[in-house]
Amino acid sequence: MTDQSRIDIRKVTKLYGGVRAVNEVDLTIDGGAYCCMIGPSGCGKTTLLRMIAGHEIPSSGAIAIGGEDVTALRTGDRGTALMFQNYALFPHLSLTDNVAFSLRVRGQGADQRRAAARAMLERVQLRHLADRVPSELSGGQQQRVALARALITNPKVLLLDEPLSALDEFLRLRMRVELKRLQSDLGITFVHVTHTQPEAIALADQVVVMDHGLIEQAASPRQVYGRPHSPYVARFMGGQNVLAGKIEKVTGAVAVIAAPDGTRYDLIDASGLVAGAPVKFSVRRDRIALSDAATAARNAAHGKIVNIEYQGTFVKVSLDTGRGEEFIVYMDDDEYLAAPKEVGQVVYATWKPELNHFLRGTNDSAGTPHE
Amino acid sequence: MAHASTRRGPAFYFLAAFFALFVAFLYGPMLIIFLLSFQGTSGGLTFPMRGVSTHWFVDLWSSSRYGDLGGAFSRSVILGVLSMLITAACCLFAGLAFRRKFWGAGPLFYLSIVSLVVPGILLGLGISQFFQLLGFQLHWWLSALGAHLSWTLPFGLLIMFAVLNRFDSSWEEAARDAGARPAQILAYITVPILFPGLIAVALFGFTLSYDEYPRSLLTVGGLNTLPIEISNMTTNVTTPALYAIGTVTSAISFLVIAIAFIAIAIIQKNRARARGEKA
Repeated sequence: MTDQSRIDIRKVTKLYGGVRAVNEVDLTIDGGAYCCMIGPSGCGKTTLLRMIAGHEIPSSGAIAIGGEDVTALRTGDRGTALMFQNYALFPHLSLTDNVAFSLRVRGQGADQRRAAARAMLERVQLRHLADRVPSELSGGQQQRVALARALITNPKVLLLDEPLSALDEFLRLRMRVELKRLQSDLGITFVHVTHTQPEAIALADQVVVMDHGLIEQAASPRQVYGRPHSPYVARFMGGQNVLAGKIEKVTGAVAVIAAPDGTRYDLIDASGLVAGAPVKFSVRRDRIALSDAATAARNAAHGKIVNIEYQGTFVKVSLDTGRGEEFIVYMDDDEYLAAPKEVGQVVYATWKPELNHFLRGTNDSAGTPHE
Repeated sequence: MAHASTRRGPAFYFLAAFFALFVAFLYGPMLIIFLLSFQGTSGGLTFPMRGVSTHWFVDLWSSSRYGDLGGAFSRSVILGVLSMLITAACCLFAGLAFRRKFWGAGPLFYLSIVSLVVPGILLGLGISQFFQLLGFQLHWWLSALGAHLSWTLPFGLLIMFAVLNRFDSSWEEAARDAGARPAQILAYITVPILFPGLIAVALFGFTLSYDEYPRSLLTVGGLNTLPIEISNMTTNVTTPALYAIGTVTSAISFLVIAIAFIAIAIIQKNRARARGEKA
C-alpha cells in the first residue's frame, strides 16, 4: 500500500503565459503520509495540487504515483481524488447519488452503486441524510459528503484543496481531528493545501512550504517550525525571531556573528561559513528570557516594549529593537505575572547560544500570509 | 420614526396611478378582444355585445372566407418549434463556449448581437435579396426560419449568459475528477443543472418566432405564417372572427408558457423525489 501511494514530482514546471506558477519543483511524498502544502496566495501550492490531480498538465517535468508515470494521464484514471475548496457537490443530486457519481460514470448498476454510496455515507455518519440534496446540509455535513464522494473509488491519494477554510473555527478544529483519524484509518496519502500554519503543523507528517512557485522547505513539522531553512520560512511559520549580522570569525564549526549594533552572537552549526559573510539566523520566541536590567552582552537583544498580548497560556511581548523587524518574546504566563511589564518600558532579552539557528536559505521575503 | 416611514406621501399616489394606467394599457386591449370574440351572431366589431356565442370561433374553422388560416397556424407552430429547438441547442453550446476566452470571442459576440439591433424588415429584405441572388426559392421553413433565428439566437444567447452566471464550473471539474468523460459531464451534470434555464431559452425561442412579423414578411415566400395572415385579415375581414383569432393565438401563447412551467415543476418534483425516496 505504502509504495503504491507514493508521489514523485520531478522537475515539474507550470507556465501560465510568461508566469512560472510552479518552477522546476522536485518533491517526494511518502506513501501513506499526510502532506500539507503551505504558502501565501499565488505561491503555486494549488497549481501543484491540481497537477497531481490531473486538472492541470505540467508544462514540463513528470509526476508519478506509486511509481507509475501519470503526468499526462486523464484525471479519474490516476488513482487520485480531489476534494474541492467549496466542495462542489452536485446541487441536483441526492447525497446518495452525489457519492455514487464516480461509480455511475464507471458504468456500475444503480442498486449496486447506491448501496456502496450508502455504506460510505454511513462511514461519515450521514446515512440518515442520504436522500437529502446538498443545499439542505450544514457546511460541516457538506464537507463530509465531499469526503465520502472522493473516497468511494478507493483512491491511492486524496487531495484536499483548503478543505477547512469554509468552516467556522470550532468546526475547523473538529474536522481537523476527523481528517487525521480518517487518514490513519485508510493508510493512503493525503495532500492537503492550506494557508493556516497551525493546521499544517498539527496535521502533517511532511510540511511543504512554498513561495513564488518554489519549494522553500519540505520536512517534518518539527523541522519546519524549529529549524526553518530560510528567513522566509522562519517568518511565515511564525514562532521565530529573525536576526541579521556579519560573521566576525569562525572557529571550527562555531562562528561569532556581529549584529549592526555591535551585539555578538555564537552560532553553533556554522559549517561552511567564512568570516565577513552576511548571515541571518533565528531564535525561538518561547526560549527567550526577559529582564528589566541588562544581564549579558552576548546572545541578547534589548528594546522598548511596543505591545503586550495575553494569550492564555503565555504572554506575547513585542519589542522595538531598532533593527527594523519586531522582536517578539513568548513569556510563560506565571513568569510574566511574577514580574509584569509595561508598554514603553525598556527590557533586556537573553538566550542560550545553542538557540541561534543559522538560516541557510536566501529567501528573505516577509512571509506575511495572505488571508 | 416608524410612523414617518409608513405614511404615504403624494409620490405614492402618483406612482400607484401610473402603475394602474400601465396595467390597464397592458391588459385592457387583450381583455376587450377576448370579450368581443364571444360576440353574438348578429353582433359587430364594436360594443355593445349582442348576446354571447362561440359562433365566430366555429366560423373561423368552417368558413373559407379567411383564407388558409389553419395552414398559417400550423406553419407558425412548426416554425416556432424548429426555432425553439435550434435556439436551445445552439445557445447551450455557444454559452458554454463563451465561458472560455477563445480567440475572437469579443468580436464574435458583438457580431451576433448586431442582428438584434438591425431593423427586422431590413434584415428580411436582405435575406430575400440574398436568396434571389443565389437563385434559391424563398420558403417559410428555410428563409423565414433563418430570419427568425437571427432574432432568437442572440436573444437566447443573452439569456444563456445570465443562466450560466450562476453555474459553478467546479461542478464540471468535480465530475471530471470522479472520472466522467466530457459527454458524461454534459449529460449528467451540465445539462441537468442548467435545465430550468434552458427551458427559459427554449420558451423565448418559440414565442419570439411564433409572433414574429417584420422578419417574416419578406422571407416566407408563397405561404404565410400566422402573424402575416392575421395582419392581412385586419384589412379585409370585418367580423368578430378577427377577435376570435386573437383569443385563440393568445391562448396558445399562454398554453406554451403553462407547459414550460409544468415542465419546470416536474423537474423540481423529480428532484424532490430523488431526495424523498430511493428514486
